[in-house]
Amino acid sequence: MKEILIIAKRELRGYFSSPVAFVFIVIFLLLSGFFTFMMANFFERGEANLQSFFMWHPWLYLFLVPAVGMRMWSDERRLGTIELLLTMPVTPWQAIVGKFLASWLIIGLALLLTFPLVITVNYLGNPDNGVIFASYIGSLLMAGAYLAISAMTSAMTRNQVVSFIVSVVLSLFLILAGWPPVTNLLVSWAQPWLVDGIAAFSVMTHFDSIQKGVLDSRDLLYFLSVMGFSLFTTSVIIRAHRAG
Amino acid sequence: MIKVRNLKKHFGPKVAVNGVSFTIERGEVLGFLGPNGAGKSTTMRMITGFIPPSEGEIKIGEFDMLKNPIAAKRLIGYLPENAPSYADMSVHGFLSFAAELRGLSGDANKRAVARAIEMCFLEPVLHQSIETLSKGYRHRTCFAQSIIHDPAVLILDEPTDGLDPNQKHEMRTLIRRMGEKKAIIFSTHILEEVEAVCSRAVIIDRGQIVANGTPRELKMRSDQAGAVTLRLLDGSAAAVKSKIDQISAVARSIVLSESPVAVRAFPRQKESGDEVSRALGEMASKERWKVQELRIEEGRLDEVFRGITLPDNKKEETKK
Repeated sequence: MKEILIIAKRELRGYFSSPVAFVFIVIFLLLSGFFTFMMANFFERGEANLQSFFMWHPWLYLFLVPAVGMRMWSDERRLGTIELLLTMPVTPWQAIVGKFLASWLIIGLALLLTFPLVITVNYLGNPDNGVIFASYIGSLLMAGAYLAISAMTSAMTRNQVVSFIVSVVLSLFLILAGWPPVTNLLVSWAQPWLVDGIAAFSVMTHFDSIQKGVLDSRDLLYFLSVMGFSLFTTSVIIRAHRAG
Repeated sequence: MIKVRNLKKHFGPKVAVNGVSFTIERGEVLGFLGPNGAGKSTTMRMITGFIPPSEGEIKIGEFDMLKNPIAAKRLIGYLPENAPSYADMSVHGFLSFAAELRGLSGDANKRAVARAIEMCFLEPVLHQSIETLSKGYRHRTCFAQSIIHDPAVLILDEPTDGLDPNQKHEMRTLIRRMGEKKAIIFSTHILEEVEAVCSRAVIIDRGQIVANGTPRELKMRSDQAGAVTLRLLDGSAAAVKSKIDQISAVARSIVLSESPVAVRAFPRQKESGDEVSRALGEMASKERWKVQELRIEEGRLDEVFRGITLPDNKKEETKK
């Protein structure tokens, strides 16, 4: 556990000594503000909720999270520091979790900085703060799932660009599998159980249900298992790469 | 301290290391020699636990690297090839991070970092970010990382690569000094380094150990080893050579230069260089030769190295 924290701390310092963390946080705040107010017309809606804010998150994360995660392991491989890290008395698992947590914390921080929205909506009306809280948790979990996928793709290559693109494509699949325009298309020729089965793999399905204000254990389990699976695969890739 | 038995590694069909075995105790500095791609780095990476061997056993102290990697890794300090480090960190931050991962916190951490900084002369760049450093400083920073926990075992992959002559000298002094108490393996291409630093050298070629001994023993394998060179201020080379050839311990002799006269005498046995040199000395005083130099050749490591590691067809070429 101590090792995980030491690695996470170093990683965090790395994010803040380069512009990555600042750029991510600023762009995330700007874009989410733009979409909420300009595209979804937060004020004109006259509704006391943050749906117009959260609805964009799957799409915002699609590009922003891989941008944070793409260098996680590819940089270690490119610079050769992976050799340093993994010959220290730490297990690969500790390194993987430590690095993942640091990046997740950056995203969590960005999310936390959207608090003025919560204040605004509470000032203007009487929103259901339970729903808002659940949505924040859901958003954080979704970001974690994307991030774990980025961790996995960054372990595959020493090239950050490749890592970014593969990670975007995989995440896009997780969105589209449950995105209404796609599922509607599927319904016309596939069996309903098949469509549901595919949609169950999608972050959309689970994020939507959390946004309704219910933290269902199935949805939590979904996000946690995407993270668990991706990070486990990361460890397999790293081991395979070392074994040659 | 380090015990390696029958270590093998193949990458797909390619065999990188093929049955390497050796042991090193505390107080020994083992030089790893070999041409590029001979398997030096791969062997070191297996010993440090970075890559798992395909076959074989690695013991560090009393711990098995494969069964108990964390305990084994605690005993090792490692300087990987090209001395990688986190470019975005400051020297101090990097060393403190390394010390923390080695389980040193609080005051112990500060002391360890201060000690490493002093030993590696990093004071002037302490708070500079590593990416702004010159190659020499970067190298030393990574080296400082490897000794931060005062490990019993040090594995150094080309520790003097890319350093200027002064820095090379400092690094060698440092390795020799630490070699008194630690078990050290280091790889190098520079053969003088082996003579200057190692207590024992191993030559690896195509994944196998082809020679293992003290630098002196290895040099004795050279054709020139034990030969005695005599240089005179005047006289005739042919006359001197014919005299020398009469000495019973001399197998043959060659004329190196006519004027001034230089003749090299090869003893019948490499070990009897002393005897030949004594006989030549006596002969010189009897014949009243004006001796400029009388020297026993130690043999040359590069010659031995080439002789052992070149493929047989190439050996023929260099002889021609």
